[in-house]
Amino acid sequence: MDENNSIHIKELDEILQMLLHRYGYDFSNYTKASLLRRVNRFAKETDSATAYDLKYKLLNSEPIFQLFLQEVTVNVTELFRDPAYYKSLREKVLPVLASYPIIKIWHAGCSTGEEVFSMCIMLHEAGLLKRARIYATDINPANLEKARSGIIPLAHMKEYTTNYLKSGGKNDFADYYSARYDHAIINEELRSQVIFSQHNLVSDNVFNEFQFISCRNVMIYFDKQLQDRVLQLFYDSLSSLGFLTLGLKETLLFSVVKDKFNNIHKTTKIYRRKD
Amino acid sequence: MEKNKFDIITIGGSAGSIGVALILLKSLPEHFQIPIVLIIHRMKNITSQLNKLLAKELGIKEVVEPEDKEPIRAGIIYLAAQNYHLLVEQGNTFSLDYSEPVNFSRPSIDVSFESIARVYKHKTLAILLSGANKDGAAGLGRVIGEGGTAIVQSPETAEYPAMPKAAIDINPSVLIQSPEQTVHYLLNQITT
Repeated sequence: MDENNSIHIKELDEILQMLLHRYGYDFSNYTKASLLRRVNRFAKETDSATAYDLKYKLLNSEPIFQLFLQEVTVNVTELFRDPAYYKSLREKVLPVLASYPIIKIWHAGCSTGEEVFSMCIMLHEAGLLKRARIYATDINPANLEKARSGIIPLAHMKEYTTNYLKSGGKNDFADYYSARYDHAIINEELRSQVIFSQHNLVSDNVFNEFQFISCRNVMIYFDKQLQDRVLQLFYDSLSSLGFLTLGLKETLLFSVVKDKFNNIHKTTKIYRRKD
Repeated sequence: MEKNKFDIITIGGSAGSIGVALILLKSLPEHFQIPIVLIIHRMKNITSQLNKLLAKELGIKEVVEPEDKEPIRAGIIYLAAQNYHLLVEQGNTFSLDYSEPVNFSRPSIDVSFESIARVYKHKTLAILLSGANKDGAAGLGRVIGEGGTAIVQSPETAEYPAMPKAAIDINPSVLIQSPEQTVHYLLNQITT
């Protein structure tokens, strides 16, 4: 057995049980293959040679658990990731949202906020931002703190600018942020309609009604049972004919709600509630 | 000969691998009864039509880029989508992962090989082809550790030998084969 994988699936289950009892976070319905990989990476980073070692550290140190939360929930995100998706939003979704006096939006699993900021920029360009109320939620308080600051690393801004242009953006992207040293801060005005708050898709429930819910590349880390729970939650949280958008390789095809939505744009995974 | 020695074939490749992958795939019998999973490194932000190109070259209806939770079916050639890691779960479904690149790669061959080996154990056949980095080496180690079979394209036949060499260096028990030898090997192992 190679040394990169000291923790096995059975031991993983024990660790997850312990975390549920100690901290109230339930990872038991996360996909095992992916979770096991990240837990093993975390074990290596914390010099935990065995599952017992890791369990001991997690049980006895809340700061280590916070680190664990940061590491094992995936927080990789970009501005205008998948330009084709944003292009479809511009063309097919925003014109519909424009008909509502108040546009209510939920970004579920928003991580450090990049997709939320992208949406804010699009709403701004469509003249809809002032009418929008955007709730952005994540399981991880550290992510939310970063997201609230509006600060993102400057390193990938060139790529983000290309993404923005490919999505059909016509403005000077640099007008939307101020750069300082190696970071950029998204203009406060663009973020003014966003409320960031903690929400755990595993255990929390409906908290409002929305015309648009975005949950991209979040449920890929959930097993089918948990995906079905979350999709039902989204269905119940959407107003009639509301939109749900997923990541490019996610699908409702294998879910319990597949007959309750139309896929209005196949390749960019924009779904709309049928009733 | 034991029928269906393998329940899955996975092929990993990077620079210089597509031509070889096609040679291997073209050699398969028409109605092979196992799933085949390709992990090929591609550019990140340029939409690639590799699945369509492969299907055309092979003269088949489609090469499938699996979506999250898609069941793994026999007789289908799958290609890992751009920009996600591709994993398999117990119960034989695919799952996707958007975490950091591994070996500068997403999809990473290591990630897929390790995950496939964990589920398919000794019924795994993993083949690593030409490439310019070291992705796949650790994954093949995992395949061998689980009792599966690991084949590496012989470096002298590879357009970019770095990836095969890296895998051979850390896995002394891999089978080192030219593409022709692998074709022969597949014909002997795959029944329809």
